Amino acid sequence: MREGFKALKIVSNNEISTNIFEIKLVMEHEKEIKPGQFFMIRGWEATDPFLPRPLSVADVEKDCLTFLYEVRGKGTHIISKLLKEDTLEVLGPLGNGFTLEKNKKIALISGGIGIAPMFYLLKNLDAPIDFYAGFRSDVYWMDKIKNHVDNLYLSTEDGSCGHKGFCIDQFDPKKYDLVLTCGPVPMMKKVLSMCEGIVPVQVSMESRMACGIGACLGCTIETPNGMKRVCKEGPVFKGKEVLF
Amino acid sequence: MANMEVNILDVLFKNPVITASGTFGFGREYADYFDLSRLGGISSKGLTLNKKDGNKGIRLHETASGLLNSIGLQNPGVDAFIKDELPFMKEQGTVILANVGGGTLEDYLRAVEKLNDTDVDMIELNISCPNVKSGGMAFGIRCVDAEKVVKEVKAICKKPLIVKLSPNAENIVQMAESCVKSGADALSLVNTFSGMAIDISNRKPVFDNTIAGLSGPCIKPIALRMVYEVSKAVNIPIIGMGGIMNYRDAIEFIMAGSDLIQIGSGNFINPTLSLDVINGIEKFMDDEGIKDLSEIKGIM
Repeated sequence: MREGFKALKIVSNNEISTNIFEIKLVMEHEKEIKPGQFFMIRGWEATDPFLPRPLSVADVEKDCLTFLYEVRGKGTHIISKLLKEDTLEVLGPLGNGFTLEKNKKIALISGGIGIAPMFYLLKNLDAPIDFYAGFRSDVYWMDKIKNHVDNLYLSTEDGSCGHKGFCIDQFDPKKYDLVLTCGPVPMMKKVLSMCEGIVPVQVSMESRMACGIGACLGCTIETPNGMKRVCKEGPVFKGKEVLF
Repeated sequence: MANMEVNILDVLFKNPVITASGTFGFGREYADYFDLSRLGGISSKGLTLNKKDGNKGIRLHETASGLLNSIGLQNPGVDAFIKDELPFMKEQGTVILANVGGGTLEDYLRAVEKLNDTDVDMIELNISCPNVKSGGMAFGIRCVDAEKVVKEVKAICKKPLIVKLSPNAENIVQMAESCVKSGADALSLVNTFSGMAIDISNRKPVFDNTIAGLSGPCIKPIALRMVYEVSKAVNIPIIGMGGIMNYRDAIEFIMAGSDLIQIGSGNFINPTLSLDVINGIEKFMDDEGIKDLSEIKGIM
C-alpha cells in the first residue's frame, strides 16, 4: 500500500529570488524518489484553495526533501507564508521520473522554474553533462548546479546575466546522445524541433491536475499512442510522444 | 456495534459509501492507497458504447471550494471495460455500478445490452453529463426527454436501474417523478452544475466547450436541498451526493433522505477520503447510539 497524505515538518522556506521559494521538509523515513517525480502538496486545511498543488522534487538528502516553487496563485502564496516548524501535507512521490542512462553525453535544458527537477536529476546522472539554463532576469540555483556539470550555458532574456537571449540559442543538438528538458512549452517545443532526427529527448510536462494519481483524467495529453496522463504515465515523456 | 449495511433493490451494500463516477476511475489507482473492499460500492468511470478520448484543451479549473471540469467522458468504451476493467473491479469485494453515458438513445441501449450479461451489480444511467455535446445533458434537462430514454432503457435493462439526475434539470422534483414514472428503480443526485470561467487576459472562456461542470463543497447546500425535496416526492431509493468532504456531510445527506451517498471530487483532495467517511459514520453511529441507518434516514 502507498501512504496517503502525510504532514511533514518544515525546516526552512526561503525566497531565493523574486517570487521563487525553496522549501525544505523533514521526512520521517527515507523514501525511494526518482528524479523527475513529483508530490501533491497542500499547506491549508480548509477547502479554498480546493486542490493540492503538484511540485517536482528539487532535491533529496537523507531525510530532507526540497522543493523549488514559483508563487503563481493562491495555493503557492499560502505555502510561501509558512514558517519553520509549520507542517505541509504531501502525497508522493508520484509519476514516472526521468529514465537515467549511463555513459552518454547529456544536455539538460531548463527555462525558468523548469530548473526545479534538474539539480536532483544531475546528482543522479553518471555522465558528462552540459547544462543550458534560461531565465527572464533573476538567476537562481546556479551555485548548486555549476559544480555538477561540465559546462554551464547561462542566459537571461534581459541580458542581466550570461548570454542575452534564450538558453537554446547556444544549444547544438549534434553534440549530445541524450537531451533532458523542463520549462515553458514554447521552449520545449523549440528543443524538440531542433533535436528531431538527431538526438532523443525526454520532456518533463506540466499540466493542471486534481488528483495527481491518475483518476481524474484532468491532466491528460494527446500522444501518437493515445491519451496519456501527465501524473501517471508522465510527467516525463519521450520527445516523440509529445504533440505540442 | 452499529449496523452500516444498506440493502436496496436486493443489492447489499456493507456501508452507504460509494465512490462517484468519474472520480475513481475503475478503482485501480485507489487500490494502491486502501483496501477497496471497505467501500460500500464503486461507480465506474462514465462508459460510452465506443471509446472516447474526451475533450481537448484545458480540462480542469479550480474555483472557490470547488472544481470545474470538462473531461468529456474519456473512457475505453463498454467492450474494453467488460474485458479489461470489470474483472479487476469484481475482485475487490464491493458493489459495482456501471455508469453509462451516451450520445444517442441507440448508444445507451446498445451499451446497456452489453452490460446486461456481465457481473455488474447495477447500472447507473447518466442522463446528465454537461461535457459532451449532443449527449447526456440533453436528456437530463426536460422531463419529456428523460422519460423517453429511461423508458426505453428500462425495457431492455436486466439489472437494477439507477438514473443519475442533473441539477440543471428544469425542475428537479418533476424530473425525479418523471424518471420514477418511466421505470427508474433508484435515483442518484446530483451530477455537476453547469458553470463557466473566463480567462481575462485572453478574453476567452477557460474551456473550449465554454460550459463545464462544477462540483465540490461549494455545491453541497444546493445538492442537499435537492435530495431533500426529491426524497419527499418519490418512494424509490435515493443515492445523494454533492460536495461531501467528511462524515458530517454524509450524515446530512442521509438525514435529508439518502439511502446511500457518493463521494466525488473529495477523492481528488484525499485518496483515502471515502475510508475516513466510512470510519466517521461508524463512530458517529456508535457515539449517538444509532443501531441502524434507517433510524436517521430522511428524518427532516
